[in-house]
Amino acid sequence: MTSLTPGTKSRTRNFHSEKFDFASFFFTGLTGLATLFILGILATILINIIVNGWKGFSWHFVSTIPKKDFFDINTTGVLPMIVGTTFRVLVMTIFVIPVGVITAIYLTEYAASNSLITRIIRAAVNNLAGVPSIVFGLFGLGFFINFVGKNLDALFHNPSAVWGQPALIWASLTLAVMTLPVVIVATEESLKAIPPGLREASLALGATKLETILKIVLPQALPGIMTGGILAVSRAAGEVAPILFTGVAYYMASLPTHLSDQFMDLGYHVFVLSTQSPNIEQTRPILYATVLVLLLLTFALNIVAIIIRSNIRRKMRSLH
Amino acid sequence: MDKYSPAELQKYLELTPEQFKTMDRETLKSLMDVKVEAQDEIPEQFRNSRDARVNTTEWRYLLLPHQWDDYQKPEYIWQPVGQIKKFNIIPLFVGTLKITLIGLLFAVPLAVGAAIYVSQLARPRIREIAKPAIELLSGIPSVVVGFFALLVMATVLQKIFGYQTRLNAFVAGIALGFAVIPIIFSIAEDALTSVPRTYTQAALALGASRWQTAWQIVLPAALPGVFAATVLGFGRAIGETMIVLMVCSASVMSWSIFDSARSITTTIAAEMAEAVNGGPHYRILFMLGALLFAATFVSNMIGDFVIHRFKNKLEGKR
Repeated sequence: MTSLTPGTKSRTRNFHSEKFDFASFFFTGLTGLATLFILGILATILINIIVNGWKGFSWHFVSTIPKKDFFDINTTGVLPMIVGTTFRVLVMTIFVIPVGVITAIYLTEYAASNSLITRIIRAAVNNLAGVPSIVFGLFGLGFFINFVGKNLDALFHNPSAVWGQPALIWASLTLAVMTLPVVIVATEESLKAIPPGLREASLALGATKLETILKIVLPQALPGIMTGGILAVSRAAGEVAPILFTGVAYYMASLPTHLSDQFMDLGYHVFVLSTQSPNIEQTRPILYATVLVLLLLTFALNIVAIIIRSNIRRKMRSLH
Repeated sequence: MDKYSPAELQKYLELTPEQFKTMDRETLKSLMDVKVEAQDEIPEQFRNSRDARVNTTEWRYLLLPHQWDDYQKPEYIWQPVGQIKKFNIIPLFVGTLKITLIGLLFAVPLAVGAAIYVSQLARPRIREIAKPAIELLSGIPSVVVGFFALLVMATVLQKIFGYQTRLNAFVAGIALGFAVIPIIFSIAEDALTSVPRTYTQAALALGASRWQTAWQIVLPAALPGVFAATVLGFGRAIGETMIVLMVCSASVMSWSIFDSARSITTTIAAEMAEAVNGGPHYRILFMLGALLFAATFVSNMIGDFVIHRFKNKLEGKR
């Protein structure tokens, strides 16, 4: 079958030159145009933001804590938003990586591959990935703040609400639940890429299953776990809906210092600037610059993840 | 108190003539105070309202049209603030459906077309550039897509189509399409590529052109995958919050695509902060969230099931 392919190709080419097939030409062009159109949209968005955002972008802009009126172009800055976004994402990573990695290890190394419980877990993970982000926001509000937080306050006899209110930690935990599938799927993929021979060799030398996982499998899977973490971070960095009621603040005079503090956020700031500005023409440069900062942050993370992933794939191909 | 006649006073205080006669002036005065205080709680214009007395959170007010005071005919109204809170959720459903359908009608042909091109027709070099580039589109945060739609696209689209309201369901739908395209594209592309190469080779060997092969052999074989891509795209579109929140938000009951519309997600995002913790508004917003969860849950289940069966079939498993 395969040996016939070159001959087939040349015959098709002859077929084309003999009779011009209008339908083929037309529809190839049409689907090509669809591709081009999508790429055009992407390019328009990126170029528009980079060109307009570059004007308002300066060292002063990214290193200033703004006054209460952050719509003023001369005194505004996005330092607290950058710090807030970074903090919430870091705290999220601390929670999501261990849970995600342990789940993935269970699914690939321990669980029977087609048992009912494995199937249920997989279905749950798949569904978790498709839940709307605003529903995670509601979950964070209902479970973390109103249930866990309020009960913590009652437990410590806090005179005023410390944990039972929107806070950095609740936003991070909400995001951790949201990005859990990303970490699980990426880790599983990298665990499956490790040749079974490595595990067998380790077991044959007398190592226990746990030792094999900790000393052989996990170090090999580390790049994959990192990709998962970075993908989760880049997804979470741009999300606004889950943190709307769980911790983001419209304005804060100081940087967040404690897990129970509220925080300002880049994505939310973009939302505020574009919908609540008293004069949209005046805030336009600030808005574009803020969007540029947000895009740089998420894209940089995405690109790092893509590079690591393609390295893993290459290694995987050479090992098999 | 003195400006009323005794008869008026008696009627106002809802007393029988006998009771009225037995009371002295001081008692009447204190009764009057109580009455005035009670009235202050309901603002003047609602004092005679039927609606002030009904429980607006009953199912019939949530789902059926109701003729509120000062309205000409029964209407579907979502208006959770004000003296009489109207919680009819039908306008939100219509808004969600409208925006989602516009988004899908825009995104599905584009994304599937691009998937066919990239997986079947394009040269390898074009494929290597186009595929990651389209997937990069999914890396753009939805708040940025919303911002772009609000500042740039709304104006451009208004110039092209010349409609009245600058921000409407149409703009929101198209912007939503941008967010959904990468998802539909990557799932459809994956399904098209996983059709065994022997199918394509057989068709080409029989003299079919590349396009004929793609359209008549590969696409029918991959159709479940493309269907699943659409369903999963629907799930993503229905749950998208920030784009719709930024582009349009007035809850108007209308099927016109050039009117504003408010989706369920937008309603939750915009109103949760002002809803009283544990109050009826808060609970109804949580109920809307649960409905949203159910809708995406079902669409994800269908999508995953179809893809799973498709992959098993291609691998020859039953």
